[in-house]
Amino acid sequence: MRCADPRLPESPARLELEDVSAGYKGVRALRHVTMQVAHGARLAIVGPNGSGKSTLFKALAGLLPLSSGSIRIHGAPLGVHRDCVAYVPQREEVDWRFPVTALDVVLMGRYGRRGWLRRLTAEDVAVARRCLERMGMERFGARPIADLSGGQQQRVFLARALAQEPHILLMDEPFNGVDVGTRETILALLDELSGRKVTALVSTHDLKLAATRFQVVALLNRELVAYGSPAEVFTSANLAEVFGGQALFLEGGVVVDQCCPGEATCPAHDGRHQEHQPSDQSPRTAGGPPRP
Amino acid sequence: MIDWLAEPFTQPFMQRALLASLMVGLLCSVVGCYVVLRGMAFLGDALAHGILPGIAVAYLLDGSLVVGALVAALVVALGVGVLSRQGTVREDTAIGILFSAALSLGVVLISSIRSYAVDLNHILFGDVLSVGASDLWLTAGLGLVVLLAVLFMYRALMVYSFDPVFASTLGVRTELLRMTLLVLLALTIVVSLRTVGVGLVAAMLVTPAATAYLLVRRLAPMMLVAAGVGLASSLIGLYVSYYANVSSGAAIVLTATVLFFGVFLFSPRHGLVRRLTSGGKS
Repeated sequence: MRCADPRLPESPARLELEDVSAGYKGVRALRHVTMQVAHGARLAIVGPNGSGKSTLFKALAGLLPLSSGSIRIHGAPLGVHRDCVAYVPQREEVDWRFPVTALDVVLMGRYGRRGWLRRLTAEDVAVARRCLERMGMERFGARPIADLSGGQQQRVFLARALAQEPHILLMDEPFNGVDVGTRETILALLDELSGRKVTALVSTHDLKLAATRFQVVALLNRELVAYGSPAEVFTSANLAEVFGGQALFLEGGVVVDQCCPGEATCPAHDGRHQEHQPSDQSPRTAGGPPRP
Repeated sequence: MIDWLAEPFTQPFMQRALLASLMVGLLCSVVGCYVVLRGMAFLGDALAHGILPGIAVAYLLDGSLVVGALVAALVVALGVGVLSRQGTVREDTAIGILFSAALSLGVVLISSIRSYAVDLNHILFGDVLSVGASDLWLTAGLGLVVLLAVLFMYRALMVYSFDPVFASTLGVRTELLRMTLLVLLALTIVVSLRTVGVGLVAAMLVTPAATAYLLVRRLAPMMLVAAGVGLASSLIGLYVSYYANVSSGAAIVLTATVLFFGVFLFSPRHGLVRRLTSGGKS
């Protein structure tokens, strides 16, 4: 997968956020976030409701003006590489009764390349069909989007994002309300994408999933609380700070215990005993900003 | 039979009426697809009634009725936008307030012009039989502009209506697109004024498109089917109007309504009859 722009530098960069603040109607849902995401990284964004996950994605997709700071993609300001970013929003904002077929929806992913007037080419249709096939939806191309299940609709939207051939893929809660099959398809897709150096940012409230299936996690609570490997991020102290006492007991217990029973997928097994300690000895964030 | 079909259109005024009705039927149906899909039916009705004071003022000032109507429609459209911006007032509430205010203002103005009061009936329900050659050219010109605009903005409007967030990420200026659509809707209503009147234009915007929505499940075919329903309604309605000697605008709208209910009851996939006979299975 590549962006159409041949001027892209080959350097392993990246997505850079520097002191980014953004929000709606004067409420700053996101404050002073600084982080760098390597090319091809697979990053889970976790945090409680209202922690600014969606705001972060909207800022990255260029949908919200920043109230401070800057975002750079491949070293260039946001907007220069608009084509390189594909955004899969939460499902609520779509009119599901609109008369389009699944293939029509995927073809919308090609509009960024073809513009609003030029005809779509045979190549566009071929790409769209391949993307449907990748998501296991090739038999549903001619079906109206309204007739598909929630999981199938999510797959079609991911196929549309693939058809954009992005460098950076933003998925806002893609696992919400989908079936197990769709969930595994999405995870397999993420594996494949990181093999092809496509950067994927995925927000989720499923801490276990973030801990076991992602190399890098960003813990967000309006500010960036922690950023690094799951072991570094999911410490008792961090979870206590973000989710509070009661939630820590429930969520933290589940996360810390389920994260590291020696699973090969979890890079955190070295530090697990430390994480059970309520004391504050566990290593703090690596790569994140200094804590306030 | 041929004679029966040809007879109405041997007279020039009926030929002009036919042309005007067909153009309006086509235009309203195509634009109406967006009205139906975007849930703008109430707004369309409000714009139609908002025209009334514009016409009255234009008449008082001896200006162009079309320009007056257009200005009034745009004022109502913008007013709704301003009132409902950032959720100060719900949009349907804003429409309700402005729509009845404009209608009342229109009636007050028109009732103050004694000689004009006779024509209120024509403004409300259309007067296609008195369409002149210059009206025809105006209808054709404005109609062509609207249809071309809809054609050029097809992709942008489709993406914007289906998934506005995605449209924004592609660089669509959604506020501009929304306002453009309102202007196109206002133009469509003004063009349709002579044929179906302000009271009935909303029906021509909604009914053929809704009929098409029941039959096909893609946007472009929906527009084509809606256009077909609109054209058929205009033609059949005019015959009904001629032979039954009833108001032509109302006859056209009733024809469209009959077509809609026919499809609603007997559509092969979603028809009520089919649902009942298949024992409640979807």
